[in-house]
Amino acid sequence: MQHNKITGSEALMRALKAEGVKTMFGYPGGSIMPTYDALYDYTRGEKKCFDHILVRHEQAAAHAAEGYARVSGEVGVALVTSGPGVTNTLTGIADAMLDSTPIVVIAGQVPITALGTDAFQEVDLVGVSQPISKWSYQIRHARDVAWAVSRAFYIARTGRPGPVVLDFTKNAQTEEIDWEPVKVDFVRSYVPYPKLDNEALHRAAELINNAKRPLALVGQGVELGNAQQELKAFLEKADIPAGRTMLGLSALPSDHPLNVGMLGMHGNYAVNLKEQECDVLIAIGMRFSDRVTGNIKTYANQAKIIHLDIDRSEIDKNVKTDVAVVADCKESLPALTALIHDNYHGQWRDSFKPLDEQERIKVIEPAIHPQDGPLLMGEVVNTVAQLSNDDAILVTDVGQNQLFATRYFKYRRNRSICTSGGLGTMGYGMPAAIGATFAAPQRQVCCFMGDGGFQMCIQELGTIMEQQAPVKMILLNNNYLGNVRQWQDMFWHRRKSFTKMLNPCYEQIAKGYGIPYLVVTVREELEAAVSTMLAADGPFILECAIKEDDDVLPMTPPGMNVNDMMLEI
Amino acid sequence: MEDNKLYTLLVYSENVAGILNQITAVFTRRQVNIESLNVSASSIPGVHKYTITAWSNEDQILKITRQIEKKIDVVKANYFTDDQLFIRETGLYKLSTKKVLENPEISRTVRRHDASITEVNPTYTIVMKSGKTDEIISLFRALDEFDCVFQYTRSGRIAVTRGKQEQVSEFLEQREQNR
Repeated sequence: MQHNKITGSEALMRALKAEGVKTMFGYPGGSIMPTYDALYDYTRGEKKCFDHILVRHEQAAAHAAEGYARVSGEVGVALVTSGPGVTNTLTGIADAMLDSTPIVVIAGQVPITALGTDAFQEVDLVGVSQPISKWSYQIRHARDVAWAVSRAFYIARTGRPGPVVLDFTKNAQTEEIDWEPVKVDFVRSYVPYPKLDNEALHRAAELINNAKRPLALVGQGVELGNAQQELKAFLEKADIPAGRTMLGLSALPSDHPLNVGMLGMHGNYAVNLKEQECDVLIAIGMRFSDRVTGNIKTYANQAKIIHLDIDRSEIDKNVKTDVAVVADCKESLPALTALIHDNYHGQWRDSFKPLDEQERIKVIEPAIHPQDGPLLMGEVVNTVAQLSNDDAILVTDVGQNQLFATRYFKYRRNRSICTSGGLGTMGYGMPAAIGATFAAPQRQVCCFMGDGGFQMCIQELGTIMEQQAPVKMILLNNNYLGNVRQWQDMFWHRRKSFTKMLNPCYEQIAKGYGIPYLVVTVREELEAAVSTMLAADGPFILECAIKEDDDVLPMTPPGMNVNDMMLEI
Repeated sequence: MEDNKLYTLLVYSENVAGILNQITAVFTRRQVNIESLNVSASSIPGVHKYTITAWSNEDQILKITRQIEKKIDVVKANYFTDDQLFIRETGLYKLSTKKVLENPEISRTVRRHDASITEVNPTYTIVMKSGKTDEIISLFRALDEFDCVFQYTRSGRIAVTRGKQEQVSEFLEQREQNR
């Protein structure tokens, strides 16, 4: 009799292959060893169909999966062991939840006979991950593998995407079963694409048609819905200026004439002020984060608010809407475009210009074209953007590096930004950039980090070295936790409580990992150094010794009204 | 700030482990206390029904309801005020049989409150009362006056909507049709 049975681990490989997985980021350990043994055959020889990237810390596996997902539009996969292995991924899972990033984290777990006994490396993973994941499931038997994996990917990638956790017990990895593929494309309790409400659509169109001062707020939802073209058609037909959230930056090309900049606390001046002047506000795939709205009580009270979102629970969560269109914007935007009139709002758009000019003179020019003094973050970002022809993928860490980078980088193509928006995860940058290079090997990946965030996942230099992942790391070193330092200066009486850092010699660190390195201390060397970095085939660290106490401006201080945005301190 | 009212959430979920945790976590995150909670089978095979009451305002309860419904294995979540529901709770009162026999007013009180005596033995007498919260509490207060109560407990609320069917059955039929 022929032996057709396979193990649960082998079933996992087949199920992942069936989901189209090509790359996974992981770290082995006790409870996931049967799976890693099965993976061995799938990463070499004739059965090879996966690239497995061995990270140096599980947190990086989750962030790399996030970066991969963000750039590729596919589900990112992290594979880790139980206990500390998977608790290390929780930051990435929470990050993916807040930023709607589709990842599947597969973790080993002790066998079911040991569950609840405080066994070695046992943690109640479903319990700890449920509040921060879209779905969390424990696979207790091999027969559930095909179903659970397919359901996990279906849930992660559909509707509003998010992280899914699979807690894979060791007995389920070793049990033998007959293989039967399962494809989940329906869960009766889960409606990923709500039905478009035509009545709401007509009311939205009427508001837009009668608007004198319409303003669109574009979020990542547009990119997640692959509705960039539909967005352009909508904006262009009604001639609506559009601000973008930080995560939505590449949903509309930077040079599009209707792009009026970035929203939020450190976004562009005009669009922040105009949120308080517009008569109709059209939010598309964004969630009115507190970093966008400032003081919610005074936010856009004068405007009729239209909210297009795929997630019903976002409607009226932060800002009360007048019309909610709950649907995939890939569907709702063209339907809305068909109902709106051709329009022209030249005078309204022109009213942004004097404010833009104020910001340009007071903030932008001094930041990107300083004449003297120490090197500034803004000019480094601007130089990298220009020399990469505004076409690189931007990855940032969190803090001033992120705010300067998102302000001054430019985007031509979709899916060109990876940044931790909701959770604000320091340490995200380097591993997310690794993920981005595997998602788009043909594109330039530029990762801006501060000296704080660089050291939060500094061990990933090992992954970069081993994979020769072509991450262009721009280390904006001011020997400070700059963003906190800025807040201390502004709001905490300049008491710099634990924000000054004694840094290591990054040149020696780069040397240790065999990664090419340059340091720039003066303006005159910047262009040449950036060119050298961008021309390098593999990874590169460009350390920039920047001004110690540069501040990100403009700024709406926390809790203040968006129209109180400050151009100077 | 709106005045707080007692709301009843009816939540229907698939019969899988861990849903209760997910539901209560939504309340915790929004700093709303659950007043009472009852979980049981529903009229639909494989679907569980949660009846949850909480004091809150409509804005908050709407957000809570949507966050609950967003959970993958939650089929439907809706919130109601008392006028939209048929509501029952049950009170159990364990009384001293000695005192019940000594004082006939105790039995009269039980009857006046439309409660029933379900078990009697020489030591204790079990009285049961179903009704609305205040009726059950009012019987407790009356009995307590006689100093005869050994134990008292009140169940969580159960409720059905005043409409004909479980709202959720229609939804599930539609889902299967559009599959």
